[in-house]
Amino acid sequence: MQILRLTILRLLTTLVTLAGVAVIVFFVIRVVPGNPIAMMLPPGATEADIARLSALYGLDQPLVTQFGIWLGGVVQGDFGTSITTRQPVLDLVLGRLPATLELSIMALVMAVIIGGAAALIGTRGRGTRTEGAVDVANGMALSVPDFLWGLVLMLVLGVLFPVFHISGRVTPSLDLPFVTNFYLFESLVRLRFDLWADLVAHMFMPALALAIPLAAVIGQLLKQSLKETMNLDYVTLARTKGYGETHVILREALRNAVLPTLTLVGVQFTFLIGGTVIIERLFSYEGLGNMAIDAVINRDLPLIQGIVILFAVIFTAVNLIVDLAYAVLNPRLRHA
Amino acid sequence: MNLNRRSLLKLSAATMAAGTIGLPTFAQAIDELVIAYNVNLPSWDPTVGPSAVNPTIQGLYQSVFDQYILQQPDLTPAPGLLTEWGWSDDKKQVWMTVREGVTWHDGSPFTAEDVAWNLARVANPETGSPIQFVWGTLANHRVEGNKVIADVAQFDPTIFKWMYFLTGYVLPKVYYEKVGAEGFEAAPIGTGPYMVEKFERNAFVRLKANANYWGGKPDFDTVTIKFVPDAAARVAEVESGNSHVTLEMPYEEYDRLKGGPLAGVAAPISDIGMIFLNDIEAMTDPNVRKAAAHAIDKQAIIDRLLSGYGVKIDTLQTPEYDAYDASITVPYDEAKAIELLAASGYGPDNPVKFKIQTTKGFKPKDYEMVQAIVGLWRKVGIEAEIEVYEIAKHYELRAADQLAPAAFYNWGNSVGDPTTSTGFAMFGPSPHSVWDGDDLIGMIGPLWGEADEAKRIEGWKAVDKYIAENALVIPLLQYVQPILHAPGVVVTPHASGALLPHLMKRA
Repeated sequence: MQILRLTILRLLTTLVTLAGVAVIVFFVIRVVPGNPIAMMLPPGATEADIARLSALYGLDQPLVTQFGIWLGGVVQGDFGTSITTRQPVLDLVLGRLPATLELSIMALVMAVIIGGAAALIGTRGRGTRTEGAVDVANGMALSVPDFLWGLVLMLVLGVLFPVFHISGRVTPSLDLPFVTNFYLFESLVRLRFDLWADLVAHMFMPALALAIPLAAVIGQLLKQSLKETMNLDYVTLARTKGYGETHVILREALRNAVLPTLTLVGVQFTFLIGGTVIIERLFSYEGLGNMAIDAVINRDLPLIQGIVILFAVIFTAVNLIVDLAYAVLNPRLRHA
Repeated sequence: MNLNRRSLLKLSAATMAAGTIGLPTFAQAIDELVIAYNVNLPSWDPTVGPSAVNPTIQGLYQSVFDQYILQQPDLTPAPGLLTEWGWSDDKKQVWMTVREGVTWHDGSPFTAEDVAWNLARVANPETGSPIQFVWGTLANHRVEGNKVIADVAQFDPTIFKWMYFLTGYVLPKVYYEKVGAEGFEAAPIGTGPYMVEKFERNAFVRLKANANYWGGKPDFDTVTIKFVPDAAARVAEVESGNSHVTLEMPYEEYDRLKGGPLAGVAAPISDIGMIFLNDIEAMTDPNVRKAAAHAIDKQAIIDRLLSGYGVKIDTLQTPEYDAYDASITVPYDEAKAIELLAASGYGPDNPVKFKIQTTKGFKPKDYEMVQAIVGLWRKVGIEAEIEVYEIAKHYELRAADQLAPAAFYNWGNSVGDPTTSTGFAMFGPSPHSVWDGDDLIGMIGPLWGEADEAKRIEGWKAVDKYIAENALVIPLLQYVQPILHAPGVVVTPHASGALLPHLMKRA
């Protein structure tokens, strides 16, 4: 009952949040300098040409009227047409969303594995040089931004030891039998491991660049949480029963220590998706982030609006899922 | 599916194998040419929308579509889909002879009807061509055999130059009408040297050579153009052997790599760096303007900031342009700058103050160049405050005539006509000009419709001389475009800046 009430409440809050985002993004991008008509004016264009092009793209209407038209379309699932690509915005963003989601999820998995391993190693070797080494590695991973990790990876694994592909999502010469844009997932479903391997070889570096800072955060928090849990009575009891330290950490302490980390992972996942903007650009990965940068450069207002709204939907959805997962996993909330 | 330890190991091995085996190396012969391109291609219609006037993607368009008139690497026109063209004696009509024996990529014949339809389409305001104001100067397009005739609604001496400039592309009439704009975006066809085989937005386009191309089949059967907007990634692409050709990287990187495993070509292109002067505040004082112009050591900036890759210019014309006049110079003269400022009561202890706007990273070393210029100005008694802005803001401010007294910008003019450089940049009523002086408007006005070509060009040279003498704008340099490529490919640079795969050959 508690969870149902929480779900309904969060869904209502989400709707209000999205409406607020829609208003802000629509008006803010029209207030900041630079408009798409000025961007496409060729030398020699006259005032009449400016007026003609403004009317063609519906930018000659008052802002409130433009907002009303756009919102009316959005409610009906029509996010307008991109000015630069002349394609429906919804098709464009939904077409790119799977690529970004796959990259983000792969980065998250990497971050959890690396961060989790670091936390376990650090806890296992607490008070020794091993823990110190883990802390130093965490500090380094945190203090270097993801795009810089991207450049380092590109140099080492792309140029010096060319193991992975530097740009793109898939090798252009490959024939793709996919019917969805979830290439990685679909290649596994179709048992096309050749394509899967090619996709991973393209995604590895951008995903790792995104994962490293998050892995450090996970590692730090989980280690701290584990260390606190290791002093609890039930863990001491397990030790007195003769279980080894590794068993105690993995089987006894980890289950309880992981809860705060789970919340953090959910929150950080939204930041991770936001971080894909720069990383996708760096690795020419054909996701939403890469498209977002072009949209901003070209002042493609409908496309910017569509991307921001979609990002907002993802952020709120992830937060909702995390909250619900926490409620389900936390016995105090589950039985309230 | 059973996923056990053995299958996981197999997957890992496959991943590593694909990563390593799939990567090309310099030693291998080039079967499929791969180019790391610096921008994305937003749209396949080169005649409408913002993409149509984006100079950086014209090379992609020219790989698939032909322009009415061919432009050679040195910017000079040559017969293309039109073999001959001209005006009637009274300049009331234009005529164009259409090349015969050309086919579209779908095998259908290219005809004079296609040319007439295209010209009428972009002249129609409802089509959305940003260059409608040019194409609209022709009307009543009609076909007579393999000739297209059109009436001149308003005489524009540059109309045929626009036929190898922005939006001057020929699209297939029958096919376009059959599939519509959306269908054309999905499967574009042209008469150009390459056919689109596969296109992934923001990722790549894969091209197949057009075996029936009227200009001869290109050397490479398959060309993949990857869109790699980040310069570091482009360099990594060619350095690792993933791509064979790339362009627009830092000059330091170009110098580092061109003598090693890669070859390089760096040639001047039709883009220039310049400083717009707005006739407001301190810029209404001719002594300040002239001092600002004389105080800039352009060659030192090129040598020290651009590693020598640039050509000093003193007018808005580069040596390749029709109205270039080498006799017009504005020499670096620090003493003269000090003298001019002193005449207006300014000096190092009492500097004249104004703002200069610039982009940062939009063009190579743009911000650094402005920093260097501000340093040079400070020595003579000019204190300029730098404001960094986005290029989109520049366009908006310029269109509204609200630029700061000085604003750094780069101007492209791949047809090399003075109207599309000095004309549009300096003619007060143009939304691209911020200099509104009546004297200059009076000089430029009659040149727009001047029918005598020699007289027209001489007129523009006189305008450039007047501008230089009065420092109404500060031209700085002509950019040099660095191209890195594998030794197995020979790249012919195009002075327009377009990187054209059909001009590339096997070494």
